[in-house]
Amino acid sequence: MSISIPVVAGLVILGLLGIGLYALLAVRNLIKVIIALQIMVKGVLVAFILAGRLQGDMATAQSMALVVIVADTIVAVVGLALAVQIRRHTGKLDTTALTTLRR
Amino acid sequence: MWHILIMAGILLCAIMAIRTKRLLVSAIWLAGCSALVALFLYLLGAPEIAVVELSVGAGLVTVLFVFAINIAGDEVNPSHPVISKPLAWAVIAVAALLVGWLLLPGVNVAVPGLPESQLGNTLWQARSLDMFLIGVLIFAGALAMLGLLAEGKKEAVES
Repeated sequence: MSISIPVVAGLVILGLLGIGLYALLAVRNLIKVIIALQIMVKGVLVAFILAGRLQGDMATAQSMALVVIVADTIVAVVGLALAVQIRRHTGKLDTTALTTLRR
Repeated sequence: MWHILIMAGILLCAIMAIRTKRLLVSAIWLAGCSALVALFLYLLGAPEIAVVELSVGAGLVTVLFVFAINIAGDEVNPSHPVISKPLAWAVIAVAALLVGWLLLPGVNVAVPGLPESQLGNTLWQARSLDMFLIGVLIFAGALAMLGLLAEGKKEAVES
């Protein structure tokens, strides 16, 4: 039994989005949350390229994927900077340490 | 055959990046995931984006993670998750079923041949606004890095 390339790409997209969403829901470490976002964005990248391949318009798909890569990198930079600042102020990398308004 | 092996490698790297206790090891697994995704993108017919993903996703982002983990400390993860793990798995299963139901019938078709690459024309002429946006985003990222480093300098001077 042979599986076609788009089906394999679809499984990659589903797997990456699922793993990233699970980590976003279950993980409390701030840096792990950013890693989960990165994993989800990789699934989106594959989805863009697969859609371009199926539509026969790779140039538009690649240009949009380029914007996604740059935006994702900036999100990682800003998120890591925030995580470092939170660690400096609270002494923890735990998301529940940010609920100071409850006190 | 190669596609299935690469798919297994991508998913394994992603799972290990989440499951590993140490943050530095997680960053290395994420870099491996990025490299395999770049290879997959190349096999899908997008060599330009594969190169960018390999250099930015597997290179620059990994360096940023290692830098941030060195500053923040390689803290072991808290053991209790935000929501219960069975509930998280249930949400993922429902989401995967919905997305798979919508996605898989659409992709189970014959793949057209690769057209000649027009990325340069499309990028600089049809999508010039995107290039402006990329410039703004890079500027914002540089400012964020400067903010991160400036705080470190101020604390060093105070101490």
